[in-house]
Amino acid sequence: MAREYETVIGLEVHVELATRTKIFCGCSTAFGGRPNAHTCPVCTGMPGSLPVLNRRVLEYAVSVGLAMNCDITRNCKFDRKNYFYPDNPQNYQISQLYLPICQNGHIEIECPEGSKKIGIHEIHMEEDAGKLIHDTWEECTLVDYNRSGVPLIEIVTEPDMRSSQEVIAFLEKLRLIIQYLGASDCKLQEGSMRVDVNLSVREKGAPVYGTRTEMKNLNSFHAISRAIEGERNRQIDLLEEGEAIVQETRRWDDEKGCSYAMRSKEDAQDYRYFPDPDLVPIHISQEYLEGIRAGLPEFRTEKMARYKAEYDIPDYDIEIITGSKHMADLFEAAAAICGQPKKVSNWLMGETLRLLREQEMDPQDIRVSPEHLAALIVLVEKKEITGSVAKEVYEVMFAQNVDPIQYVEEKGLKTVNDESALCSVVEQVIAANPQSVSDYRSGKEKALGFLVGQTMKAMKGKADPVSVDRLLRELL
Amino acid sequence: MANQITEETIEYVSILAKLELSGEEKEQARKDMGNMLEYIDRLGELDTTDVEPLSHVFPLRNVFREDVVTNGDGSRETLQNAPEEKDDMFVVPRTFD
Amino acid sequence: MNLITGTVCMKGICGTLNKKEETEMELLSLSAVELSAAIREGKASAPEAMEAVLAQIDRTEEIYHCYVTIDRDGAMARARQAQCRIEAGELTGPLAGVPMAVKDNLCTEGMLTTCSSKILENFVPTYTAQAVRNLENAGAVLIGKTNMDEFAMGSTTETSCFGPTRNPRNPGYVPGGSSGGSAAAVAAGECFFALGSDTGGSIRQPAGYCGVVGMKPTYGTVSRYGLVAYGSSLDQIGPLTGNVSDCAAVLEAISSHDPKDSTSVERQDTDFTSALTADIAGMRIGIPKDYLREGLDQEVKAAVLRAAEALRERGAVVEEFDLGLVEYAIPAYYTIAAAEASSNLERFDGIKYGYRAPGDMGLHSMYKKTRSQGFGPEVKRRIMLGSFVLSSGYYDAYYLKALKVKAMIKKAFDQAFAGYDLILGPVAPTTAPRLGESLGDPIKMYLGDIYTISVNLAGLPGICVPCGRDRDGLPIGLQLIGDCFQEKKILRAAYTYEQAQYAECKE
Repeated sequence: MAREYETVIGLEVHVELATRTKIFCGCSTAFGGRPNAHTCPVCTGMPGSLPVLNRRVLEYAVSVGLAMNCDITRNCKFDRKNYFYPDNPQNYQISQLYLPICQNGHIEIECPEGSKKIGIHEIHMEEDAGKLIHDTWEECTLVDYNRSGVPLIEIVTEPDMRSSQEVIAFLEKLRLIIQYLGASDCKLQEGSMRVDVNLSVREKGAPVYGTRTEMKNLNSFHAISRAIEGERNRQIDLLEEGEAIVQETRRWDDEKGCSYAMRSKEDAQDYRYFPDPDLVPIHISQEYLEGIRAGLPEFRTEKMARYKAEYDIPDYDIEIITGSKHMADLFEAAAAICGQPKKVSNWLMGETLRLLREQEMDPQDIRVSPEHLAALIVLVEKKEITGSVAKEVYEVMFAQNVDPIQYVEEKGLKTVNDESALCSVVEQVIAANPQSVSDYRSGKEKALGFLVGQTMKAMKGKADPVSVDRLLRELL
Repeated sequence: MANQITEETIEYVSILAKLELSGEEKEQARKDMGNMLEYIDRLGELDTTDVEPLSHVFPLRNVFREDVVTNGDGSRETLQNAPEEKDDMFVVPRTFD
Repeated sequence: MNLITGTVCMKGICGTLNKKEETEMELLSLSAVELSAAIREGKASAPEAMEAVLAQIDRTEEIYHCYVTIDRDGAMARARQAQCRIEAGELTGPLAGVPMAVKDNLCTEGMLTTCSSKILENFVPTYTAQAVRNLENAGAVLIGKTNMDEFAMGSTTETSCFGPTRNPRNPGYVPGGSSGGSAAAVAAGECFFALGSDTGGSIRQPAGYCGVVGMKPTYGTVSRYGLVAYGSSLDQIGPLTGNVSDCAAVLEAISSHDPKDSTSVERQDTDFTSALTADIAGMRIGIPKDYLREGLDQEVKAAVLRAAEALRERGAVVEEFDLGLVEYAIPAYYTIAAAEASSNLERFDGIKYGYRAPGDMGLHSMYKKTRSQGFGPEVKRRIMLGSFVLSSGYYDAYYLKALKVKAMIKKAFDQAFAGYDLILGPVAPTTAPRLGESLGDPIKMYLGDIYTISVNLAGLPGICVPCGRDRDGLPIGLQLIGDCFQEKKILRAAYTYEQAQYAECKE
């Protein structure tokens, strides 16, 4: 009889905060720019430089903590985590060990068995490291400190998850909360959200946890799921063979579908944390906390309820639209401009989702502005363009966020409403398709559709199909 | 505690501190650290129960900067003292296997 | 009593002087504040003053080795520039046009900043320490960078990778440390004033050994931005000067609230020169009994007690009291300073600046070789100790314990200042030791810091002023310690004492 195992998973999620500047200096956090362009003495560890905390970092960290039901540590401070590595210019990382900003929170996720609370052990603030680039020509590594000092929060969960499904549900919820707060865009692929998986297995019903490993380098939800399955199986195999699990950090190789241990004998895992003497303690007053609380945005549940009350759109649409803060913002703004929430919703649920799927994009990457989407809807509404032209225009808007009014003008896509011009085209179509004409006259209604199509084609889509239909019937 | 300073301790601490000590230096370090810790162990004579550790002498707190970009392109200054650079980056021995 | 002995001695040696030399000697006999006044009144010029200092450097630097870097051309150019700004009426302050020296752990844009360490032998900062910037804005003119114990770790300036500085009062002796180059440069007339840094006495003790004035301000008064950190929670920049008035003027110039330093304090009371009045009537001064006990040289003790007596004669109430915990300051200090240093010095790794060990090797070998070749023995000793006391399993027993003792020491001072305006004592147990005498026994060297170290642990201000000489003619230093932010009381008492000495001298 095979033994049954339970997987126990806790996560460490690093999230890059959406500040303009780094955590301890006035350097930009913008992507791009040449290597080391966004650097200064502070974020490159020059002798004599000193850190000063970015006010926004604390605000974001506290708001994330409140949104995740955490206790906010009223007196917190920063500690130094000492280890040598070239991406870490001071050879210590400024982080929080002893008094992290948030503790004891939770997020509720929906599972097949119902809702489940996943505990948040703590959230702390810290600085990101620089980037190492392997130079294959010279057999050396190059260091770029543009990302060094970009603010991060690290969210550490309790070991409350039992499957990859729960992990993904948790991460989606977490990402949504943070996106709603505007604290980060949480993109796994781009590294603004990084997930380390702590996983152990134990026999079902065992009173204590097994030895855990930590898995790094997980760049997509798909990779996370695969890594969890892979590590679960690896550990079970070891246990079945009577071997011990080694507590270690492993790197997931998503191409090969396996992981390997990262340990180097040159490093002792002893970070010698101590309070950073260059930074002063943070005291969070009641007023400060209330201010942050009052500034918290409407979260998804509240938003869904409001949409139900305010807009006449299907529940399913609401579910999808509020599933992305960016899409919800786009929806609300466009609806407010054109006054047609239903139409806006249709554009999002139809063309937008189709294009997102086709191009494997995330809803937060939609570039269409609410003004332009509203303008497009008005163009169709006023019959200035046809539905098919509108879809064409939308594809261009989706790619480049062009102004539809200007675009339609430039490309001459306006519907031809000149009855006489349309009449002559219809006459030409009738003359050119005697077979279809006789089919229609002999009662084959389908043939009319073909003639409408031919006319639309001749008009390059710029005719109102209803008018075409009416004219054809009249002339036949 | 001072007498706990063994060769292994010195070996371990030199890995943490990234120092390579010769045999002679290790022996000297073991003696020096032993002596120093023996001296520091005097602190044990003081009863510090209920004493809050003091990191900062003043109750200075909540020092922030605004989230405003104040620095321009710093790459030239940053790399000015680099022992070795390439393509606007620092060169280090390879870190990947 | 002569506070500008160095220059006066030189007059004796030089014999007959030509006209130019005579003018130079006259300039060198002025204090910083007097010199600036003369320049602003048009009686002298900033370039003349700089020439005089450079000439003095030519005469004596070979013996004393106060400097690591002397930027002659730059110094002259800056002096000419200062002169223009003075003539244009842009610079009117009490230090305008005055040549100054800066300890080599303060970053100076475009000028080598080595901390007297091989690991920074070629480091040229792209930024200037805020304290130096403040002085430049006040019109002071940088000559160069002074020698020091490597990374400020030492009490004799003998741990410098560039070799020791010698005491201008007697070249067979050390100038003290770690700001030994700065103290010696002031004593030798190789500058009109200098900046030092004080983590456990590194300004006050060399001031005492060299017979000049040195002050460590309240923690947070002077921005640490651009000061290469040793023990961040203890480090503070301060002046080394020929007399108390110069000390007040320099302190006033360097004090500022700096948004780049989170530990910088906003103070409204930095008009320190306003405290220069010879009036200490009713001032309560306490002498810790523990500061006069065994280990204290009898001549030093006698000189310090004479100084106390002089203050009493001027109206101060002086008495002995029990401060307590004195013997615990050194172990607490070395634990905290070494721990912070071990972390602060991690950035010296051969990647971004400074020395890198030559040869092809792996990353971790490069780290180890670079640091082992780049740091001297005393620095390594403290890095090892600091890494150990922070390491897993020892943090609570050592580092946290030391922070608790620090709290107790702070409390002891709080209690003392409830009863006294100032604490008076020696700056060091002895006068300067001979060169080469101290390095053999680290703990013995550390014990020399017993009277200065607790001041840093408690963040207090303290000054050292000369109070006589021993039988070998070596200066003895008097230390006055004030409560946090009470620099003015210290300066008033120090000034009163200095005036009393001048008066005695005239009699």
